[in-house]
Amino acid sequence: MGAIWAVGELADGAPTKLTLELATLARTMAEAAGHDARTVLIGAGAGAAATEVAGYGPDVLAVDVDAALSGRPVAAVVAPRLVSLIDQHSPEYLLLGASNDGKDIAGMLLGLTDLPVLANGAAVEWGDDGPRVEMSTFGGKLVTRSTFTGPRGMVIVRPASVTAEKAAAPGGVESIEVSVAQELPEVRVTNRLEEAGAAAPIEEARVIVGAGRGIGSEDGLRLIEDLATALGGAVGATRAVVDSGWIGYGQQIGQTGKIVKPSLYVACGISGAIQHKVGVQTAGTIVAINKDPDAPIAEFADLFVVGDLFEILPRLIEAIRARKSGGS
Amino acid sequence: MNIVVLLKAVPVVGTERLGADHLTERSVQLEANGNDEYLLEKALKLTETHGGEVTLLTVGPTNATEPIRKALAMGAARAVHVVDESVRGSDMRATLEILAAALGKLEFDVAFAGADTSDGQGGLLGAALAARLELPYLSYAAEIEPTDGGVRINRLSAAGYDVLESPLPAVVMGTQLLGAPRYPSLRGIMQARSKPVETWSLSDVGIDAGAVGASVATTKVLEADKPPERGGATFVREPTDVAVAQVVDFLASRRLI
Repeated sequence: MGAIWAVGELADGAPTKLTLELATLARTMAEAAGHDARTVLIGAGAGAAATEVAGYGPDVLAVDVDAALSGRPVAAVVAPRLVSLIDQHSPEYLLLGASNDGKDIAGMLLGLTDLPVLANGAAVEWGDDGPRVEMSTFGGKLVTRSTFTGPRGMVIVRPASVTAEKAAAPGGVESIEVSVAQELPEVRVTNRLEEAGAAAPIEEARVIVGAGRGIGSEDGLRLIEDLATALGGAVGATRAVVDSGWIGYGQQIGQTGKIVKPSLYVACGISGAIQHKVGVQTAGTIVAINKDPDAPIAEFADLFVVGDLFEILPRLIEAIRARKSGGS
Repeated sequence: MNIVVLLKAVPVVGTERLGADHLTERSVQLEANGNDEYLLEKALKLTETHGGEVTLLTVGPTNATEPIRKALAMGAARAVHVVDESVRGSDMRATLEILAAALGKLEFDVAFAGADTSDGQGGLLGAALAARLELPYLSYAAEIEPTDGGVRINRLSAAGYDVLESPLPAVVMGTQLLGAPRYPSLRGIMQARSKPVETWSLSDVGIDAGAVGASVATTKVLEADKPPERGGATFVREPTDVAVAQVVDFLASRRLI
């Protein structure tokens, strides 16, 4: 029987949402394929986090690592251990997350093992006799479906490509130790700096309110933040707004920023240039608020409110707050 | 500090086309990948401040010459262009082999790679190259600076950033935060004409042409379609109060509030 492995990630000792999505995907693909599914968790606290991950179905291989390795980047710790596990168990397919660490791990695996790769997967399923990976290509002009030509490979899966769902029967947990033939060349983490006022992350947000050039100034951003709070969402931005220094790069949506898939995207003062569109076109619902009815965002918005966002947003915030507090 | 910048020539964003063979059409105009230009800019600034030269490394079709010339006009000293008919349709493994072989022939302190490309959006090759060449790998750089015999970067993290350090040579992958690329000056454009561009074939880098290309690719595109239309926007042009009520009703009807 073949095997499909999800490669999980830990953030401060807890599994990320993407990890639970990958575990769910490994389970459903393995069911379709008649394969075994497993989730591999490598890092400090893996053993403790394994029980939660096991709830999503696949058995968890938990590899706790020496505290001496905590001064190294995550991927440099995970990749060589994953290579040892792959050598021992020869899984057919690996699912890795398209997070920064996930992509670093996948890249290192590619360099160390030569496993075939399908990157940037927006939807993944079991096809005829292997994974079938859907990708949004060329700024969303095309959707391609690809597969491996051979019986092995790794798939890089974007956040929110699947919905994490607990399994009827949780998997088991096996805590193991892994020895590594050779660590990767040393890179040391010499400091970890927290940025004051870092905004809520957009990758996992169900609702995102996006700020474009039309917000005019940093003050305009306060309205965007208030709407995001009223909707229980996070603030995103176009590159122009990030370049202005009004908000951090971590909030940037688009080609050189993040690709997100919220249930609701409210685009405020955003024209909808292709570089931004790429990052958000698969959102469930897109509402645009813009003065210019000819803005390209009309091509991919569901609802387009033509008007001045400085008039509309305060009223909209008020209306949403009133509705929520009214409990209806 | 001698820096090699990996520069991918990608179709001009918005003009990309897929041929009937499911490969990117080569007749479209190419430009330097946006993320790579941030690294080029940083490399130019670092060599201007600390000395050394910037070498471009591009694996790409013949018409990649145009973005290469532009990068030279921005200030890179020289370029290596790996161009070979057999490369077309290569999968990520083969691309890694070619890049690793070419980079292995160059002398450098740091190799710079962009966070990902506008066409493939993989973002894996920097890490893969470092692992293959057994070099330290520092990624998602918001800032890069030399140290005594090494390199230090600020790597983006969920909370802010981590400071990473390694000895040289190393591979650094960076982001838009490194700063907007400069425009080539007229003088730069003139000078670029006489800057050396070496073209290397696969045999020049010791790669067997049969080991790369579409025929030995480990992945394949099964089908390519236009994405489902979003159906076009419903316009709301009413006065503010009415418009706001319509938005609230719309969101409620989709169970979004």
